[in-house]
Amino acid sequence: MNPFKIIKNGIIDENPTFIQVVGMCPTLAVTTSMINGIGMGLSTTAVLICSNLVISLIRKFVPDEVRIPCFVVVIASFVTIIQMLLQAYLPSLNASLGVFIPLIVVNCIILARAEAFACKNNPIASIFDGIGMGLGFTMALTLIGTVRELLGSGSLLGVTVLPEAFPRTILMILPPGAFFTLAFLIAGFNALRNKAKKDA
Amino acid sequence: MSLFTIFLAAIFVNNFIFSKFMGICPFLGVSKKLDTAAGMGVAVIFVMTLASAATWVVYNLVLVPLGLSYLYNIAFILIIASLVQFVEMFIKKSSPSLYQALGVYLPLITTNCAVLGVAVLNMNNEYNFIQSLVNGVGAAFGFAMAITLFAGIRERLEDAPIPKALTGFPIAMISAGLMSIAFLGFSGML
Repeated sequence: MNPFKIIKNGIIDENPTFIQVVGMCPTLAVTTSMINGIGMGLSTTAVLICSNLVISLIRKFVPDEVRIPCFVVVIASFVTIIQMLLQAYLPSLNASLGVFIPLIVVNCIILARAEAFACKNNPIASIFDGIGMGLGFTMALTLIGTVRELLGSGSLLGVTVLPEAFPRTILMILPPGAFFTLAFLIAGFNALRNKAKKDA
Repeated sequence: MSLFTIFLAAIFVNNFIFSKFMGICPFLGVSKKLDTAAGMGVAVIFVMTLASAATWVVYNLVLVPLGLSYLYNIAFILIIASLVQFVEMFIKKSSPSLYQALGVYLPLITTNCAVLGVAVLNMNNEYNFIQSLVNGVGAAFGFAMAITLFAGIRERLEDAPIPKALTGFPIAMISAGLMSIAFLGFSGML
């Protein structure tokens, strides 16, 4: 398979957040600001690429009955490594993502890709699948984080961009805002896809 | 903090779904019908209570004395996966009808981040054994309550006239957002 096709598939055709609607917990929980969205997205991408590679390499040795526990242990090991790296080099990001870093283990995207792609394809294709899915996830999180930070605190990446007179909607950075932002973004994507189908 | 405060806080103030965003996948996936939602809630209460107890024992009596606390994530997920397997076998033997009703959702509890989440939060808050257990039970009841209420709303939404683009996930999420606003009202309670 063509690597670009695999990457495009992850970012657009099967976008984990907007099309497949998986991995909702970190998507909703950490996107109170743009930087959190980027940080969470890239951490998940790193785990996804590594776990896809390893699972693809071991796919022929693992008996079918115990594959899920094996995959989970591989994923958990990479999450532990990422958590240690974040603690050492980006402690502030680690603090703001908090409990959701260890929870990458149970992010459905990672196990879903292991089951649906990595255990059926060669290592190179699996790496590209990890990159595509990871970037699709990162972009979705960044988009949600941008909307919530802009409307909720009037800033982007911590820099104030909206004038003081513009009212801040605190609700957007509280939990309900996460649900509303994602609901309207998915609805927007649905509307665009419906329109594209009608035109075609 | 008294045990009662921990319990109430876990159900209402820090509700796992509406303020902590843990367990959203089953919350959205298994809430289309009221009876499966209630079944899922019961199964989660069961697994989460056992998981809080088991992870506390393993973390404080095995990992910490051996200086291996950095392995907590791998240990916890393995404990939870085996617990779910155990619960599955137990329900299959003792109540085949409940087993039928829960179907594929039972193994999925392993990847319910609420279960791993409560174990990690118990560890971060340095709760003792009883406090961990109470926190786990409270969080699980909060989850069960949220998913049951939400399934009731979604059954009603089935027949409602909704704009085409909003059908399915978007309208479900808007309803969840409105419920979340209601739960914000509890935040000043304790």
